[in-house]
This record gives sequence, structure tokens and C-alpha cells, in this order.
Amino acid sequence: MKTTVAYYPGCSAHGFSVDYEKSTQAVCGALGIRLNDIPDWNCCGSTPAHAVDTELSAALCVRNLDNAVKADANELLTPCPSCLSNLRHAAKRMEDPRFRARVDELLDNPAPAVFPEVISVMQGIARRFDANALAERVKKPLKPLRLATYYGCLMSRPAEIMDFGDPENPTLMESMLTACGAEVVDFPLKTVCCGASFGIPERAVTARLSGRILALAADMRADALVVACPLCQMNLDLRQKQAEHAADAIFAMPVLYFTQAMGLALGVPPGRLGIEKLRVNANGLIDKIEAAASGSTAPVEGSRP
Amino acid sequence: MRIGVFICHCGSNIGGTVDCAKVAEKAALFPDVVYATDPMYTCAEPGQATIESAIAEYRLDGIVVASCSPRMHEPTFRRTVERAGLNRYMLEMANIREHVSWIGKDVESNTNKAAELVAIAVAKLRGNTPLHSKSFEVNKRVLVIGGGVAGIQAALDCADGDIPVVLVEREATIGGKMAKLDKTFPTVDCSACIVGPKMVDVAQHPLIALYALSEVEEISGYVGNFTVKIRKRAPYVDWDKCTGCGACSVKCPSKKTPDAFNEFTGVTTAIKVAFPQAIPKKAVITAAHCRQMSRGKCGVCAKVCPTGAVNYDMEDVIVTEEVGSIVAATGYDLMDWTVYKEYGAGRYPDVITSLQYERLLSGSGPTCGHIRRPSDGREPRIIVFIQCVGSRDRSIGRPQCSGFCCMYTAKQAVLTKDHLPESQSYVFYMDIRAPGKMYDEFTRRAVEEYGVEYVRGRVSCVYPDGKGAYSVMGVDTLLGRPVEITADLIVLAVGIEGSRGAGELAEKLRISYDNCGFFMESHVKLKPVETNTIGVFLAGVCQGARDIPASVAQGSATAAKVLGLFARDRLENDPQIACVDMRRCVACGKCVRCCPFGAIEEVSVRDEQKAHVIETVCQGCGLCAATCPQGAVQLAHSTDNQILAEVNTLCRY
Repeated sequence: MKTTVAYYPGCSAHGFSVDYEKSTQAVCGALGIRLNDIPDWNCCGSTPAHAVDTELSAALCVRNLDNAVKADANELLTPCPSCLSNLRHAAKRMEDPRFRARVDELLDNPAPAVFPEVISVMQGIARRFDANALAERVKKPLKPLRLATYYGCLMSRPAEIMDFGDPENPTLMESMLTACGAEVVDFPLKTVCCGASFGIPERAVTARLSGRILALAADMRADALVVACPLCQMNLDLRQKQAEHAADAIFAMPVLYFTQAMGLALGVPPGRLGIEKLRVNANGLIDKIEAAASGSTAPVEGSRP
Repeated sequence: MRIGVFICHCGSNIGGTVDCAKVAEKAALFPDVVYATDPMYTCAEPGQATIESAIAEYRLDGIVVASCSPRMHEPTFRRTVERAGLNRYMLEMANIREHVSWIGKDVESNTNKAAELVAIAVAKLRGNTPLHSKSFEVNKRVLVIGGGVAGIQAALDCADGDIPVVLVEREATIGGKMAKLDKTFPTVDCSACIVGPKMVDVAQHPLIALYALSEVEEISGYVGNFTVKIRKRAPYVDWDKCTGCGACSVKCPSKKTPDAFNEFTGVTTAIKVAFPQAIPKKAVITAAHCRQMSRGKCGVCAKVCPTGAVNYDMEDVIVTEEVGSIVAATGYDLMDWTVYKEYGAGRYPDVITSLQYERLLSGSGPTCGHIRRPSDGREPRIIVFIQCVGSRDRSIGRPQCSGFCCMYTAKQAVLTKDHLPESQSYVFYMDIRAPGKMYDEFTRRAVEEYGVEYVRGRVSCVYPDGKGAYSVMGVDTLLGRPVEITADLIVLAVGIEGSRGAGELAEKLRISYDNCGFFMESHVKLKPVETNTIGVFLAGVCQGARDIPASVAQGSATAAKVLGLFARDRLENDPQIACVDMRRCVACGKCVRCCPFGAIEEVSVRDEQKAHVIETVCQGCGLCAATCPQGAVQLAHSTDNQILAEVNTLCRY
């Protein structure tokens, strides 16, 4: 069967993670993956909806799935792990006929019998390009970079819903970044909580939890953290100063979306990847890559030791 | 036939949900039934007396007891009818407790079902005939499989009772897990020093034949007359010549051989004696790591051996032993702890098992008793013990408690403080289970005198902190607070499972085992060392988690069972066996091929081939009766006619 892809950007793509959105579009464009937005998509409900009412949350998600079906899609890609989690949970819960009946009551039209498969953009790319295929397309290898991968809590868990490999130790991002030429460290905190939405009500919690991740990445001499979740990125990047303050340390750790790191490797101009949107300056990384690509082996001024 | 029926109330166990008087009333109308009653407790003395007097008074020649499972009380009631002068096989039981009263609450339906089960039993009893056992000789020798402390105890007690013992041990030395332990709880006495003398007793006992480095290959026969094939694996050293002097291992150049005795905490030589107190104290070559055997170049050990014992061309030998009884004492192994990825088990060098830690504590271990981290040889300062790794965890299918981990963790924490006074130990626990004699006092001492920090809660994650130590993240469920400890060494109290290969051995012994590889006892409370195969007994952890005192007690218990069995010179077989009607047999040989016990042979009768059942070998499974195309094989006490009578009773229309 031919795979027709629909794309669900999620609301943060149009807000604070516009750099994730830009880089996702750029990388998929460079790899020839067409991302057609689901027509008239709506919010997945995020944390508030499912925390209050799973049926309401499912109704929001099922409307999106329904619109994807109407657009003839049988595969749905989304960059955001939270959207991914909500969409996959909704599809799973709809297997229960009683749950389905109650959700149908909330919707204008009954839900379609079969939903498109919902996967992350990361999995979508990996399905089409294995490590070798990806390596062939690399123009500027990330060779000089030592990267720590960070998945956050949602991407791989709960295992039975997310189907993302080992829930405690996912390795997909590592294999993709290795294909891009980077040295990837075995980062033990890759699925440990960043503090998530506690950044708003209990800032100290997020500062401590994010600080622990940043500190370990620094101790492991990583040049950057590479993430896949807009909320994690915000906590680790935008709130990095808070974490530094709480830990009484300087991390100066760039926090890139994996699409940004891949985009650099694929030769996409940094401007089309939203690199300038990062709060912790990542220009040092770009300089290193450029220097390596142009054959210079001299250490670049200002880059991390 | 004159049949008496007894419907047992079993107190309220049956009487609560079955109208026993009504069942008796209905039963009185069944064919051949001349007497029916409903005693309160039929198995009790007055109940049995009722049966005996009824047999005399009503001249009964067959009895149906409707009560509990025949596995519970069939032997009891067989003795009862025998006392009253009937053949013991003129008894049938209907199980109206496990099959009726305990599983349903509807009195009317239960009563009807009970009556139907009684009707079936009556129909079968009408076809019963008196059966008589044959007696056969007992070979008064015992095989003990496994030379851990339980097997050693069983072997010594049997041998002291003048029973010759064949002791088979898979490893190169006996002593089992106990020989690997440094100290034992709650007395903190040296493990090797208390099991060592027992090991020597085994070696010196004239009635014990020890096969080390050997495994049971095949078992045939039956109680009193088992034939066992034992594979003696080649040690590549002639043990008749080897004196255990150790000159070979001093000179062996292959010094990177993984050390199984030390739980892979260190390396050793390719030829070695397992440990200083090993019994037998004989050298063994690990072929995969021997330079001579893998590359054909070396031969140093053969040159230095003063007795010329080394023989690289040695091969496995199969020996056959005849015994009358078997004791399985195969112990345990640790479950695969690497499933706990969140603890970095198997990934981080300083996350080790408690058995590995035991080797680090031991004076004969790889660090000569100095606690050093496997990664860098540094003395640890902060040690975290995590309990219940692979025990009481449904998420990995291990709901059971491994029993002794709470105690040895406390012991190891105490020893750690003795070895390293500056150290601090933390123990993450779920509950402290210390029900033995002086056990709870011991764990209190660890907390109160040795300052061990007990944290009630689970660890969620262990990871290297990038500075040479490990971060242990967990929760203190008493304080309701997350805990984070920077530790140098993490010791996992790994749960246990039946010894590697326990399932295969159970199949050879024809006994049951559970999903963790533990052997099933005959009755969990009343027959804890017996199995469902008569003449096969269980000792030690192979049956379920238990500590050293309990394993020793069970070793002695099996010896008592063996000595009891061997107190008689002849045993009687069960006459509920297959029997061939020679007139119908066409000698097709199907029964011979399907018999799992090799109990059917072909004999020549007046120049015609006929099947013949060897009465003492047949176990009465009935496979041959079902297979025979001629209906020539019938199982005594369950003949085709009896089974059809049962079916016809139930399906009359």
C-alpha cells in the first residue's frame, strides 16, 4: 500500500518552538519527505485535557485523526512527543468499543474505523532512511561534535503505547546522529524528567531537574544536548540560566533539536534551521563543523574545550 | 454388589454449600446402593468407624466416599476399607469439595452436581475388582544430585545410616553456593570454615561415591530400581594421579580465564583447583582458554605436573549407576539481573550482584578480602545496597520473595563497616523480612550499631555521574521524598530461580517444576520433601527459596525419607497398571512404542509375538490402553467398560 503522510505540527510549532518547526520542514525538505498539514487541525488537548477528562482529550485527537483520514493519509507524523503521546493514547483507547461510543457522542461525525498510524518525525525519517542512506546524504559531517541525546519522558513511555524500543534506553536518535558523523555519548539521563511544566508553578523543581541533566552533559564533556521535545528544549535552553543559578555553575550548554543537528549535517543553511532562536549560543558548533568541512584542523576560537 | 455411600460434610467446607443429606437420599436410590449416610467428618476417627461398622452391618462389598480430592484422603479410606476386610481397591471417591463446594455457592446446583459425581463413582465401583500388589526388591543405594549444603547433608545422613550414596555434582567442587559465601548470618561465622569440614566428611566417607564435574544424563526405572546414566565431563587431568598441588596453575600462562568460582569478579588461569578448600581438590582445565587445547601450543602444565596427570586428549565418560531412590538438591542460580536496565546492571562495572560482593569480601576471593571497586580498584566509601532486584516484582514476572536477601544484605552491610570503618552503607528495601531465630535482632544491630542507613523505597535509576562515581536516584516512601545518593559501589540483591537446567532435570526425574524452575513438592505443607514420583525427594533451594539452616534441615529430612523407604527389603507395586488380553493382541507393537517408561515388551507365546506388561515398571498412565487398536490393553481399575459406565451414567438420554 502506498504511504500517504499527513503532518501534525502541534501548537508549539507555531509558538515557542518555531525553530523545531522550521528545522523539521527544512530536514524533511532536504530528504524529500513531503509534509502536508492535516487540514483544519486543532489542539491535541495537551496535558490539561487528558489530566481532566480522557474522553474529551481523545475527542480532540480523534478529530485530527479523522481529518487525516479524510485527506487519505495512512501515516501521521508529528514532531512533538506530547502530541504523539496524546494521539497514540487516543487511538489505543478507541479500541475499546464503549470508550469509542462515548467519544463518538462528543464528535460531529463518528470516528473512522481505522486510524492512520501516528509516529514521530524522528521515526518517520528513520523508516525511510537507514543509517547508511542517511550517511550518504551528509554534506557536512558532525565529526567534531560530541553530542548527548535527550529524549525526555514521553517519547518512549509508556512502552506499550509508544512502541519506541527500550523505554528506559531508546537509541534511535543516537543511530541517526552517528550516521551524521557525530560522536554520541551514552547519556544515562536520556529519559529522566527535565521538570516539564513545573517551570511555571514550581520553578525550583525544574531548575534542579534540568540542572542535573545539564551538569551531567557538561561533566561528560558534551558539546551540546540534542533533544526532540519542545518543552524539554525550553526547560534546558530558555531556563538554563535558572538552572545555572540554582546549581551555582555555568553550563553554557547549547540545546539543539535533533532536526537542527541533522540539518547542519545535511548542509541546510543555519538560518533555515532557526539556530539563531536558541538562547544558548550554538554558533561555536557551526564554526567547528564548518572548520572540519573546509579541512582545517585548528581549534576554533571560542568553542568549548 | 452391595454398595455403601458416605457423603462427607467436611464441617462447613462441603456442608455449607451442598445439601449432603439430600445427596445421601438420592444416592440410596442408585443401583446396588444399600446404604447411604452423611457423616460430619468422614476422615476423622468416628467417620472411619461409621464406614467400618456399616461394612459389617450391611455386608457391603464396595464403598463410595464423596468428600475431598482423592489426592488428600484416598490412602486414608483405602486403609479403612482394608481394616474392615475389603480389598483396598473396592473404594471410589467423588470429589465434591474442590470440584463442587469450594467453587460454587448455589446450593441447589451444587447438590445436583454432587449427586451426579456420586452416581458416576457408583457406576465405576460396580466394575471394580479386587487388585493385589506384586512385591519387588529394593536396591538400597541413593543418588544425590547436587553437592551444595543440602545435598551434602542428605548424602552424609544417608551414608551414616549405612546407605551407599552416589553424589553427583556439576561443578568441579562440592560446596555449592555456601562455599562461595564469606560469612553467614546471623552469627557472622566463616562460611567456608563450617561447610568445609562437611565437604571433607563427604570425601572421606567410605559409603559416598562422589562424581564431581558430572551431570545426570538419563534416568530410567522406578522407585527401588532406578538406572542412572551419569556423564563425567573431562577435566583433562587424571584425577587418580592429581594431588591438587597447584604447580600447574602457578605456571599456566593463560592468566585471563574468566573465573566462574569468583562469579567473574576476577580472572584466573586455564588450569586450576577451584578454590583452596575444594573437594575433590583436583585440577581442571578450562578447554576454551587453554593454549594447548585451543592453539596446540603450550603444554606447560603437562611439563610441570610432578605426577604426569595432565591429559589433553581426555573425553567425557558415561557411567551407569543403579539406585533405589533419588534426592534432588540442585539449588539455585541468580535470575538474569541485566533486565534491570535502569540500574545499569551488566553495563556499569561497579554495579555488582551480592554474590559477587560476597567474593570481594572473601579472603580467598580475587581481592583477597579487600573491598575494591571492579572498575578502578579503589576502596569504595559510599555503598548502596538495592534489595528485591528480581524478587516481588510482577513487572518482570517474579512475584515471589527470595527469602534470604534481607538477611544477607544486612550481613554484607555489617561486614562492609568492619572492613572499611570510614564507609557508609545505604540499603534500599521494601520490607525487612527477618523471621528466623536471632534474625530480626541481627538486622536491628546493622541499623543501630553499624549505622547502616535503611531507606524504605525503590531505586528508579543508577547512572555514572561523570566524575567517577554513580548517582543513585530513588524514593524514601516513609518520608515521601525523592532521594539521591552519590555512591562508589552498588550491590544488587538479585532474586533467585531454579538452577540452570533444572527444567530438563525435572523432566528426567518426571517431577513438576514451576515457571521459575523450582521443583514442585508433593504437598506444600504435608509432603514438603516428597515429589509426585515415588522415591524422588527434594532438598534445599531447588524446591523454593530458603536459607542455610532450612536447607540443612531439609537435607536431613530427605535422608529420613530415604532411610524410611529403605527400611523395607521389598516394596509393593501399584496394581493399577496395564494388562494385555493375549487373545486380542495382534502384536502390532504400537503399545511398545508409545510407552514412556519402556514397560511393555514383546514376548513369544506359542510361537506368536504378544505384548507383555512388566508389572513393576508400568506406572499406569494408560497411554497404551488408549493406543491399542484392538482394545487388548486394559488399565486395571480404569477399564474401558468402567469409563463407559461412568459416561453412560451422566449421559443417559
